Amino acid sequence: MHNIGQEKRFQIFGHIVMVIITLCAILPLLLLLISSITDNDVLIRNGYSFIPEKISFYAYEYIFTSGNSVVHAYMISIMLTIIGTLLGLTITTLMGYALSKPFLPGRNVLTFIVFFTMLFNGGLVPTYINYSNVFNIKNTFFALLVPSLMMNAFNVLMMKSYFVTGVPDALLEAAYIDGATEFRAFFSVALPLAKPIVATIGLFIGIGYWNDWMNGYIYLTKRTDLYSIQNLLNRMIQNIQFLMQNSSTISNANQGLASIPSVSVRMAMAVVGVLPIIIVYPFIQNNFVKGITLGGVKG
Amino acid sequence: MAKAHYKKKMSPAQRKSLMKRSIPIYIMALPGLIYLFINNYMPMPGIVLAFKNYKAKDGIYGSKWAGFKNFRYLFSTQDAFVITRNTICYNLVFIVVNTFFAVMVAIILSELVAKIKKFYQSVILLPYLLSAVIISYLVFAFLSAENGFVNNTILKAFGVNPISWYQEKKYWPFILVFVNLWKGIGYNCIIYLSTIIGIDRGYYEAASIDGATKWQQISKITLPLLRPTIIMLTLMAVGRIFYSDFGLFYQVPQNSGALFPVTNTIDTYVYRGLLELGDITMSAAAGVYQSLVGFVLVLVANLTVRKLDPDSALF
Repeated sequence: MHNIGQEKRFQIFGHIVMVIITLCAILPLLLLLISSITDNDVLIRNGYSFIPEKISFYAYEYIFTSGNSVVHAYMISIMLTIIGTLLGLTITTLMGYALSKPFLPGRNVLTFIVFFTMLFNGGLVPTYINYSNVFNIKNTFFALLVPSLMMNAFNVLMMKSYFVTGVPDALLEAAYIDGATEFRAFFSVALPLAKPIVATIGLFIGIGYWNDWMNGYIYLTKRTDLYSIQNLLNRMIQNIQFLMQNSSTISNANQGLASIPSVSVRMAMAVVGVLPIIIVYPFIQNNFVKGITLGGVKG
Repeated sequence: MAKAHYKKKMSPAQRKSLMKRSIPIYIMALPGLIYLFINNYMPMPGIVLAFKNYKAKDGIYGSKWAGFKNFRYLFSTQDAFVITRNTICYNLVFIVVNTFFAVMVAIILSELVAKIKKFYQSVILLPYLLSAVIISYLVFAFLSAENGFVNNTILKAFGVNPISWYQEKKYWPFILVFVNLWKGIGYNCIIYLSTIIGIDRGYYEAASIDGATKWQQISKITLPLLRPTIIMLTLMAVGRIFYSDFGLFYQVPQNSGALFPVTNTIDTYVYRGLLELGDITMSAAAGVYQSLVGFVLVLVANLTVRKLDPDSALF
């Protein structure tokens, strides 16, 4: 009997702690959402608040009707995420599969080439000079697509160990005996069995592309028309900071502030930027958790 | 050894068939290798830039050697100390705080019986998927001097004067630790949770029959069995102690100059040197400092892990 009372107390305590932490996780997003549908004048008077005095969807109307850069940046982000994920997933899967072949001469050397990139890197400065002076990708779509996001050693090694443990050699051997080429064996035997890991790593890569702001921030110095939604959001919040820090030149500030979307539009844009993640989250969640567990300690 | 021996003894026919099987595999690896070459290996020799007087028109390799001059400059400034201190100290605090809360949440989640625990877990993982830019908006909604929730609602309710959050550096160590915890707790607790789920329930049943309290079960069974995982993850984090989350330290404080003393890390310093101040050689020197010390730390951390538990080691 003693134990039952104690168990009950623990359960209640556990729920209290988890409710507090869960609220901490969700409340900032809720504030964002509520602010975006609060009337702009109310926001200026009361600040961002959880209780909207007056609701207005003007911010969303403004974003989607005024033909401004938001929709355009959204399209760039979507295109970037799709192309990047497809390319990244292709080269990661192929490479992981190649490294999983025990008979391959030089396999250890190849694995080391992949692995070494986890230990050492040239750093931002040489990377920047390499991409801008050697490959001239500054101010092109490639600047968003290529640097750092497409493939990383961690994903390749995760893919490799899945092929080693999750795809039985016997099945592949059977395919060879039936006269399948390496490519055929890969596409018709190995790939279907590796679907879970392909989905998980595709998810990691896709989220990486959707959330990335650094590539655009570093390499798109002139072509603001190539800005992804993250870059656009970033520039907006920076403009606000910049104007506030340099408010001594008041006439300029007023001019600038007039061109910045109002207080509610700002939050509405952030909601639009985060929406795809929230929408797909319930569907991808399990896969994502599995991926983290797979990466486990090595992450 | 045996393998090499075996290879030497292959007949020409066997060798031919091995090559025939291997060539398609090499072709499969090729796109990935090209990418690694462009993205990772081509920049690597560029670290010599830190030992040069960089002139853009001469390029990295054409510029004149400068020996350790750039490093002498870097370490003669206050900056070198500040960015090293910030990077290491924040990481140490992150490790302690994140581990404590992640283990606590993982234990609670594992013990709860109600279905709603799945919901808790989903929600606390969500912040991990948000970009640094979005997080900076969320923080801004709370801390903006004019429109922020904290100044307009919380402080007002207590009759406290508004605070210019983005100008006052004393609050930022706490804000950054909190934001980092908020973002990472869901991710970190998943790994601990999966370890706990792997523990044999028999231990708990036996302990319960013997009259062990809940706290005794946690401290005598769960925590000791979690210890190897905690040690491994901590060592891995120590190996990365010279690297910081650029988005957290650059975006969340919105690059506010007044906050640099407490928000400047090696990564933000390298970035600002390169793209805001145009001080490329200094930036390169700091980058090399990070790469080399970081490399040594990863090696040391991994050697330690390998001593403790060879299966968890990276190599």
